Amino acid sequence: MSAPLAHRYRAGEMHRFAAAGAEFVYLPSAGAIFAFDEATAGILARLSAGIVAHGDLVAALVEDGMTAADAEGLLRELRLVRLIEAENVVTPGPKVDAPPADYPLQALVLNVTNQCNLACTYCYEFGADKISTQTGKPKYMTPETARAAVDFLLESAKGREAVHVTFFGGETLMNFRLLKDVVGYADARAAETGRRVTYSLTTNATLLTDPIIDFLSEHAVGVTVSIDGPQDMQDARRVYKSGKGSYDVILPRLKALIARHTTRAITARVTLSAGVTDVVRIYHHLKHEIGFHEIGFAPVTTTDDGHDFGLNGDSMGAVLAGFHALADEWLEYALRGQMHGFSNVSETLSELVSGTNKSHPCGAGLGLLGVSPSGDLSPCHRFTDADEHVLGHVDSGLDQDKRADFLTSGHVGAKYECTSCWARPLCAGGCHHEAFVRYGDTGHANLHYCDWIREWTDRVLDIYGTLAVRNPDFLDRFADRKGLS
Amino acid sequence: MKHLKPLNAKARRIEADLAAQDNAALEEDVVALQQAPRPHVPLGCSLSFSPGWEVDATGGTAGLCQPVERDIYDCYVTCFWPVQVADHVNYSPDWASNCAAATKDWRNLDIVFP
Repeated sequence: MSAPLAHRYRAGEMHRFAAAGAEFVYLPSAGAIFAFDEATAGILARLSAGIVAHGDLVAALVEDGMTAADAEGLLRELRLVRLIEAENVVTPGPKVDAPPADYPLQALVLNVTNQCNLACTYCYEFGADKISTQTGKPKYMTPETARAAVDFLLESAKGREAVHVTFFGGETLMNFRLLKDVVGYADARAAETGRRVTYSLTTNATLLTDPIIDFLSEHAVGVTVSIDGPQDMQDARRVYKSGKGSYDVILPRLKALIARHTTRAITARVTLSAGVTDVVRIYHHLKHEIGFHEIGFAPVTTTDDGHDFGLNGDSMGAVLAGFHALADEWLEYALRGQMHGFSNVSETLSELVSGTNKSHPCGAGLGLLGVSPSGDLSPCHRFTDADEHVLGHVDSGLDQDKRADFLTSGHVGAKYECTSCWARPLCAGGCHHEAFVRYGDTGHANLHYCDWIREWTDRVLDIYGTLAVRNPDFLDRFADRKGLS
Repeated sequence: MKHLKPLNAKARRIEADLAAQDNAALEEDVVALQQAPRPHVPLGCSLSFSPGWEVDATGGTAGLCQPVERDIYDCYVTCFWPVQVADHVNYSPDWASNCAAATKDWRNLDIVFP
């Protein structure tokens, strides 16, 4: 009835890279990284021209001096990890399934106010790309709403020992009183059930005072400062409504923050925009002159490159060159066993260490939700107060249908362009908010930065491979330090 | 693993997973219907909607949506099914030569005497 099976093989889906004289492969179907030997390289070379029959591969290996049994073993090993695949095996397309409705919440981002004392010209909350509709809505979150949000979080986080609250704005510290209230309330509520709450906030640093800093340190509130770099860059777009730059105001406050806040790393988050592309200079200023522990960079979100602040192809090239220079430094540090503060490398490397394989680009709508000052729930802080994206309310809970719609369209399997991209396990199509601003659809792949993502992922894989050969202990310690092992 | 060295947590999980599985089971890839050369796939029985040895609502066979004879003919033409019909592949290639239309000529399908 059945004919004898004669396997014919093709190469499986992979991204090959070489580092420090060794060869590696990254498997997008799993997020796995393997080093491979010469025999494997030989097989892959033969398959690069097309499909080859099992018998021919074995014969070639035997001719190269391998025993038939070893040759069979090699092919078997490669087949089982899917480095090679039998011809005509149809790889099932990615399944798009919404996560279960009772997926436990892990974090809430509380927009404690939508008001800000700065008027940064590129801000997505107030500029041309704004999607929020704040008219007639509360400008400040009330303690009642915040407490209801905490209750909602603890209720929805069943099974989790620790949950996280991020304070966001507007300018978060314009509602510091609420922040204090929330920390006290949430700590007490969580303690009742033997759980923990951790905290973080993002601020422009203009309103930091010593008592505030001491409170943040005492409660281990992680602080991320939005800052663009040295004075000329900071004052270009991070300005007050009068147009006055904010650098002189924040500098002494940052020094105080870094000196007094001792319980968590203080991180800087830089928005790259036209004219603010000298990544190396920004990094060294923030790291060595101000003293931030880690510095992360992201290009500004725009609908197109037409805004005066948008990054065009040339300036994006400059940004990438700077990223590579800092990546070189990062690797030099790591080879000496030291941690470098360029978090764009650390973040990607962390994901590679675990072999992250994302169904969705981030936790938005999944383990994380944003809460607007009025208590409306949204996928994340970037969607707060945008009526179209409301997913429920802290009092009434999540609208499961809307959430399922958001997550189904945002699933990497639903993004056709991503299905053939080797970098999809880490990217999964990119930021939902940026996709909405650019393409009018939260589930659209962010095609304008695909090349950039692949180049960057490849670069960090190169670092990974180099460390695996030259300082594997560092990778282990890195995993420990980041809580990944 | 002899030729691949797992370098991250996911790769180590794959390695552990493969080590834990039954080797014999892994050898037999379940790919038969998708494999080249394709195996002979019988048509006409499980893959189409021919009735079996059934009766219609009146207890006869006249009202079936397909003539009952189609079944026997299916087994003969598309699928070697030695228990029920003559072996047309090896011994009785002409078994159905007098049966041009099974609904009319089925009586010409005779018993085979080897």
